Amino acid sequence: MSAALKEWPLWEVFVRSKQGLEHKHCGSLHASDAQHALEMARDVYTRRQEGVSIWVLPSAQITASNPDDKGELFDPAADKIYRHPTFYEIPEAVGHM
Amino acid sequence: MYTQSFSVSDEPGKPLKPVASTEPVELMARFDARIDADGRIEPQDWMPEAYRKTLVRQISQHAHSEIVGMLPEGNWISRAPSLKRKAILIAKVQDEGGHGLYLYSAAETLGTSRDQMLDGLHSGKAKYSSIFNYPTLSWADVGVIGWLVDGAAIMNQVPLCRCSYGPYARAMVRVCKEESFHQRQGYEALLVMMQGTEEQKAMVQDAVNRYWWKCLAMFGPPDADSPNSVQGMRWGIKRISNDDLRQKFVDATVPQAKVLGVTLPDPDLKWNEERGHHDYGQIDWDEFWQTVNGNGPCNKERLSTRVKAHNDGQWVRDAALAHARKQQQRAMKEAA
Repeated sequence: MSAALKEWPLWEVFVRSKQGLEHKHCGSLHASDAQHALEMARDVYTRRQEGVSIWVLPSAQITASNPDDKGELFDPAADKIYRHPTFYEIPEAVGHM
Repeated sequence: MYTQSFSVSDEPGKPLKPVASTEPVELMARFDARIDADGRIEPQDWMPEAYRKTLVRQISQHAHSEIVGMLPEGNWISRAPSLKRKAILIAKVQDEGGHGLYLYSAAETLGTSRDQMLDGLHSGKAKYSSIFNYPTLSWADVGVIGWLVDGAAIMNQVPLCRCSYGPYARAMVRVCKEESFHQRQGYEALLVMMQGTEEQKAMVQDAVNRYWWKCLAMFGPPDADSPNSVQGMRWGIKRISNDDLRQKFVDATVPQAKVLGVTLPDPDLKWNEERGHHDYGQIDWDEFWQTVNGNGPCNKERLSTRVKAHNDGQWVRDAALAHARKQQQRAMKEAA
């Protein structure tokens, strides 16, 4: 954290809505440090029992794929239809598989 | 909670400029195609500068409206008629603060900073919903704000959940979920008052009389006078026109007023069999623009209260940062 910092840094908030489910991104907020971010996240995102667990991480720490690379990045999967169960024909007599 | 359901220029007298077509043709075509296919635009996607600017202005005005909207109601927290009503009102005002935060965060994804937006509000440059520049004179006003002001806001905000800009749409989904509580608590508070004394009933009617026309104006000028709406519709930022939203609000409110036992203060308000809608009278747009442009009864008071709250909180923000730095230095020392 630089000494020149005037604004509280930005944090991304992930909330687990109930035990057994994954943490899901629900928004972002400004806070001075991680503990502070957790407390703010509780106040902002779980006022109506929306969660049982919260993760926060500095937004600057996220590495995202570039939307301009979407074509090359995801296209190669499009022609590999044999990766899906529906590609295979199984006799009806076998029942559910 | 509440936004001006249309984009007003932050600079009075300066109309919003039409979109310049200086954007790269190929990128523009791809953007248009995605909008036409009802796709969503995300922060990292290319977007025309005018789209970005429109969104920053609209979302930040919306955020400002949420936090300025805390003031007229916050006024009544210490004077709520019972502990129950006080707890409800605190929860509602806290929600409004949260809504402001969701919206500021959405605007920040467009490359503007929280400080920049707050500077805009505090310097009086940025607009917020005109409805908050009217005073809350009695406890009935708090109920009427829930019922009518939040009711009008819901009409406007539900279609915004399908806005073409992803972060704005997602913020609105969250806001709308909480908004229903706001409207219902207001209506129920009024129902209770309407079972009270003649004086209490008169308070409710008086509050309705003062707020009704201002709520109708919240939807913005008639479609014919809203040239910017067309661009907003084209971009999927706005989904339903001002007049259509206003009509929906009037049609939804008339039966609610009947159940409550109040009269809506409009002699021209009547069911039109042919249209299948209610007709209603003329809105005073001169008064509306006076208020939008800073000359409403409470503009100065709201802004100065807001600025004072921000300044009074400066030491808290500074202390939190100092604490964080100290913690970090301590951790570094221990690691060394």
